[in-house]
Amino acid sequence: MKKYHKIISSVMASAMAVALFAGCGNAADNGNAQADDNAAPAENAADSSNAGAENAETGGETAATENNAGGVIKIGGVGPTTGSAAVYGLAVQNAAQLAVDEINANGGINGVQIEFKFEDDECDPEKSVNAYNTLKDWGMQMLVGSVTSGCSVAVAEKTAEDNMFQLTPSGSSVDCVKYDNAFRVCFSDPNQGMASAKYIGENAIASTVAIIYDSSDIYSSGIYEKFAAEAANQPFEIVSAEAFTADSKTDFSVQLQKAKDAGAELVFLPIYYTEASLILSQASTLGYAPIFFGCDGLDGILNVENFDTSLAEGVMLLTPFAADAEDELTKNFVAAYKEKFGDTPNQFAADAYDAVYAIKAAGEKAGITPDMDMSAICDAMKAAMPQITLDGLTGTGMTWDVSGEPNKEPKAVKITNGVYTAM
Amino acid sequence: MDKTNSKFKLSKTTKSNLITYLIVIIAYLTVQLLLAGGHMSSLMEGLLVPLCIYVILAVSLNLTVGILGELSLGHAGFMCVGAFSGAFFSKCTQGSMPDMLRFLLALIIGAVVAGVFGILIGIPVLRLKGDYLAIVTLAFGEIIKNLVNVLYIGRDSDGFHFSMKDSISLHLKEDGEVLVNGAQGITGTPHDSSFTIGVLLILLALFIILNLIHSRDGRAIMAIRDNRIAAESVGINITKYKLMAFSISAAIAGVGGVLYAHNLSTLTAQPKNFGYNMSIMILVYVVLGGIGNIRGSIIAAVLLTLLPELLRGLSDYRMLIYAVVLIAMMLLNWSPKAIEWKERFRETYFSGRKTGKSETAQVSQTGKGVK
Repeated sequence: MKKYHKIISSVMASAMAVALFAGCGNAADNGNAQADDNAAPAENAADSSNAGAENAETGGETAATENNAGGVIKIGGVGPTTGSAAVYGLAVQNAAQLAVDEINANGGINGVQIEFKFEDDECDPEKSVNAYNTLKDWGMQMLVGSVTSGCSVAVAEKTAEDNMFQLTPSGSSVDCVKYDNAFRVCFSDPNQGMASAKYIGENAIASTVAIIYDSSDIYSSGIYEKFAAEAANQPFEIVSAEAFTADSKTDFSVQLQKAKDAGAELVFLPIYYTEASLILSQASTLGYAPIFFGCDGLDGILNVENFDTSLAEGVMLLTPFAADAEDELTKNFVAAYKEKFGDTPNQFAADAYDAVYAIKAAGEKAGITPDMDMSAICDAMKAAMPQITLDGLTGTGMTWDVSGEPNKEPKAVKITNGVYTAM
Repeated sequence: MDKTNSKFKLSKTTKSNLITYLIVIIAYLTVQLLLAGGHMSSLMEGLLVPLCIYVILAVSLNLTVGILGELSLGHAGFMCVGAFSGAFFSKCTQGSMPDMLRFLLALIIGAVVAGVFGILIGIPVLRLKGDYLAIVTLAFGEIIKNLVNVLYIGRDSDGFHFSMKDSISLHLKEDGEVLVNGAQGITGTPHDSSFTIGVLLILLALFIILNLIHSRDGRAIMAIRDNRIAAESVGINITKYKLMAFSISAAIAGVGGVLYAHNLSTLTAQPKNFGYNMSIMILVYVVLGGIGNIRGSIIAAVLLTLLPELLRGLSDYRMLIYAVVLIAMMLLNWSPKAIEWKERFRETYFSGRKTGKSETAQVSQTGKGVK
């Protein structure tokens, strides 16, 4: 008995040690792997999944990033592909892959092919850092991610430490881009809140406004706070501001009744479309018909299952992207996305698509080459980002500040006859 | 090995405890060697502190589940309390005292606050028989998560402002700073956690728990677990000992939370990190490691935290494989057939070298006390 336990414990101890070792190869192995890669760059794409798996387990970040001469530019992506936020992560993964494929087919960045690898973070900041580290072991030189705000902030801390260029497609909270190596494609939360308040005020849409927001959601409460702050400078009055949380997001009759009693002409909904669709149908049951106004989270409301789209008639929203827009770029993107993934792309997909093209534009401006290490690329990209102008899906003539914020006009659209129409 | 040890006249429990400490120390030294040699991948490097956090949590929960014999489903709630109180303290005092001192104080504050919550929960619930602790801790974890999500605390020249509504109602002045921002949590916590501190805390947690188990108090706690009526009849104060074990367990979880908060720059209370799922995850470490087996908890926490990351090569299938591994491990550890098979296997191969039937108290009692 005693012997047995001793054996078991030593086996367990060695298993633990092996597990710790498993992440670590030696640098020489890694060098060889890289040399093989260089010898046959054409095979890279085909082998990428295998190589990725191997490289993830062989270590030595310096060896991985520096011995990449003549190869490919490695771009990594981080986002939730499993769990409750998977829909956003998958959209980013698919759209970024689509953009990478297109760029590669057209000759890549400065004639260099791009390799793209996406890691799952389950929408958990801790897992997001793990995913980032995995990609770093793989030899990532630039990061498109993370998809969600909380994860982006956690990863930004690491990218700033490593001086890795980070472009988040959809991390909208303020802290996502607080370091100078981080940029974003989407609007920031305060930006959206402010833009909405200004839009309502300047166009004199309503004089009394009610707000229903999700206090447990960073995105929603971020917009709400800025909206309420900006409302003080605008010619309308906030008559009721009611919150709900992720645990109570099915019945909104209380919030709606309060808005109705307060006599609100407009209800501002800085929330995602699933809850908004419930609010719309419950409002119609109550016989309450104010103007509903939302942000980019409402994009997708027309695709909600079992939702009577006639209820959404007259809803206004500020969004950078509408899948049924008529311009050439959007049409091509939506068609290609549908063909490849069998789904209509949402705004996250559009952000990711633009992110990859922004990297291409900045990369060409900066003249990056695959043999540069991530820090040198980051410095070059940091300098190039404010100089580029991008005509993308989420805005024409997009430019970036040194602070990392994009400059683009929020487009207001109104739903009429079941389609988005520009206002 | 037996002979060398017997020279020192170490008791069996001491020997077993020393092995546990040694495993931790050897793992630490191995990692330090690898780090010094630059053979550590960034993924592993990034995982070191989370590993320490989960080991601390698993070990502390094992005190409640394995030694006290009560089921707690809200361990993440205590972690959450510790994390937010520690991070709040760090955020308030950042720059006003040396980093190490501040972190040490944050750890103590986290432990104390979580411990106090443990006592508050324990006083009414631990007097009851049955599964009430599981139900109450389950509710506690969820309540704490939701409370933290509506908590707004700001600071300006007038002092602290507090609100449960939104950050605007804090009415901060121009120079004000929002410290706890509701659902957005605390951002910009200093990055103080390191692997060395994590390992020191593991050793401290082990020291406290192992010594408690083998003390007079620990024997009283285990007596309650094994037979409440018998324990009561010999005059053991049931509530006192239950409360002792439970609040120590909560306090150590609070320390794990502080370590967690100082490892990432964002701290938000989401279902993912402080919700029901996390509590269950910690329980899984304890159950798979062997209920009541402290060493097993350490190993299970390490393996199960590493597994999903090492399976990243399988991309989409990794969470599926992870679940299958969990089921397989559970069957292998606990199914009567598997145990029977292991016995037979052992008799076939090790029967000649067996010395006698005796082992550390903790191992032989696994599972017995838990309904």
